[in-house]
Amino acid sequence: MGRFIFRRLLGMGPFLLLVSISVFMLIKLTPGDFVQNYAAALAASGETVDDAMLAAMRQRYGLDQPLIVQYWDWISGVVRGDFGYSFQWQQPVVNLIGERMGLTLVLSVSTLLFTWAVALPIGVYSAVRRYSFGDYFFTLLGFIGLAVPGFLLGLVLMYVGVSVFHSDVGGLFSPPFIDAPWSLARVRDLMAHLWIPMVILGTSGAASLIRIMRANLLDQLHQPYVDTARAKGLSEFTLLVRYPIRVALNPFVSTIGWVLPNLVSGSVILSIVLNLPTAGPLLLQALLGQDQYLAGAFLLLMCTLTVVGTLLSDILLALLDPRIRFQ
Amino acid sequence: MSMAATRDTLATASQARLTWLRFRRHRLAMVGLTVTILLYAIALFAEFVAPFNPDDSNARLVFHPPQTIHFLDRTPDGLRFHPYVNAFLLKRDPVTLAAAYVPDANRKVYLRFFASGEPYLMWGFIPGRIHLVGPEHKEDTVFLLGADRQGRDVLSRIIFGSRASLSIGLLGVSISLLLGITFGGLSGYYGGRTDWAVQRVIEFILSLPTIPIWLALAAVLPKDWPPMATYFTITLIISLIGWTELARVVRGRFLSLRSESFVTAAWLDGCSQPRIIFRHMLPSLTSHIIAAVTLAIPQMILAETALSFLGLGLQPPAISWGALLKEAQNVQSIAQAPWLLLPGAAVAITVLALNFLGDGLRDAADPHAH
Repeated sequence: MGRFIFRRLLGMGPFLLLVSISVFMLIKLTPGDFVQNYAAALAASGETVDDAMLAAMRQRYGLDQPLIVQYWDWISGVVRGDFGYSFQWQQPVVNLIGERMGLTLVLSVSTLLFTWAVALPIGVYSAVRRYSFGDYFFTLLGFIGLAVPGFLLGLVLMYVGVSVFHSDVGGLFSPPFIDAPWSLARVRDLMAHLWIPMVILGTSGAASLIRIMRANLLDQLHQPYVDTARAKGLSEFTLLVRYPIRVALNPFVSTIGWVLPNLVSGSVILSIVLNLPTAGPLLLQALLGQDQYLAGAFLLLMCTLTVVGTLLSDILLALLDPRIRFQ
Repeated sequence: MSMAATRDTLATASQARLTWLRFRRHRLAMVGLTVTILLYAIALFAEFVAPFNPDDSNARLVFHPPQTIHFLDRTPDGLRFHPYVNAFLLKRDPVTLAAAYVPDANRKVYLRFFASGEPYLMWGFIPGRIHLVGPEHKEDTVFLLGADRQGRDVLSRIIFGSRASLSIGLLGVSISLLLGITFGGLSGYYGGRTDWAVQRVIEFILSLPTIPIWLALAAVLPKDWPPMATYFTITLIISLIGWTELARVVRGRFLSLRSESFVTAAWLDGCSQPRIIFRHMLPSLTSHIIAAVTLAIPQMILAETALSFLGLGLQPPAISWGALLKEAQNVQSIAQAPWLLLPGAAVAITVLALNFLGDGLRDAADPHAH
């Protein structure tokens, strides 16, 4: 097992390198750099633009260096925890992303847990009671959950909140806690707000997981070993939990790999709609304002998050299934 | 048809006919097919179906609420079929001075099918003035789904928006399919190192969160590009990420088909390589590809909607469902004009219909899957 994990960790190195190069290319794709925008803004407001000053700025931020040098400066800083400087906010990127990435992580992980908590029992129920009213009901619900994009669900919820409850459902904190330091009361306040984006974000993932769980379990339920266990007198519940569900759970774990990227992806747009203090809104602002280092930091961290998630799901899968371990 | 006759025709039925017979049994898929055809027909004949020009604004009809159609009209001679809507009056509250629309029970605007209205150029070159539904007097305005911030008809805008939204799905899938078949085919055909490399690239792309990447790519596009250029680039961006799923399907099918006995039989019979691929393998692949493509279209539509909604996709003079939803981005406008959310309903219906259709196609294409 140790060897398997070691091999996977080793394989992740080039993966992350590729991620960082892609992200760097992405933020450098923008025509013109920040200094150019800055100059344009100055000129628009009627101030004189001093070429020498612009050149000095370029030099200070290393923008006059060849790309490969710029990449090296950037990535070696990132490894040391220095993500560069945000031109828009006039402060180091690290100060801006900490709490927002943390909340993104909290939202993604809690949504993942929610997805499982919902999909597992419903999937099992749908398989065991196939073609029952409940099965059809959840199938229909699942299809709708897949068809309605999360941000639309968020918008509808916002409308219901305003028109029925006369309250704003956006945000992750009540007004007194928005800028407060972390405390137990603030965590409790977060929990009270977190469930709305969690449910919205988790719906489509849960919908597809239910389908997968149902199909997997259906494959197992008619295997001879199930009949054998039943013939030996195992109670229906023990039988179900001990054998077929365990086998059917396998692909369930591997879903972290593809559910997590979707969650991070979905959380970006939902956060913008619901105005959550996660990475989404700031990333959009940074992209629109060509704040390259801020955007780059978010992109890099989000991609790393999903890559690490995929790795975790691989390891979990290997723990669960010896066939993968010894391949 | 008698049982024996059915059995006879089934025994000699072509692959396509068998698939169609299986598909027809899937009721939800048939509904999906009907709705999909209807939606694309609406998009194709938008100028005729839409009651008004989607860009006609009217400053005096800002946020006009939707009007319900009454089909039966009460006249002195009794009820008769004559669809109409009640006109609305803009009234100001004497105390708060807030403007509000109130129904005017005395004034009815009668509607008719194939009404003569504003002239248009169908597809840019066929002149016409007949609209599917419209007011009897063409000076009247009717807002079946309300009006937006500039007093434009939301229904007409949704109908015209379907053009960009639905065609991006098709175009994006075509590009994805090209990439997917090329890479998936290479991967499944050559195996070995090529397969390894292609699989790693696919894994890499799949492990990335798509929306941030799309946003970053779309943010690069200059805002002053002509709408057509933006449209094509956005489609390209969406399909650059979307091809991986199709490549996986193609590769998987290719690999499993390679070891099927009928392929071995064809090979032993001395068939040439192209003949094996095109005559024997491809026919059993196409149905899967069609199903996978159908399931990929809704993903493309959702992606475009998300991008345009965030303001990084199609830009305002261009209309798409996502661009329309952008108007409903904040609480104030939703509270004031909830009908601005209706383009979202159009997205949901389309995606649902295409998902049902794709599911039915997949089941029909592969009877052994169950």
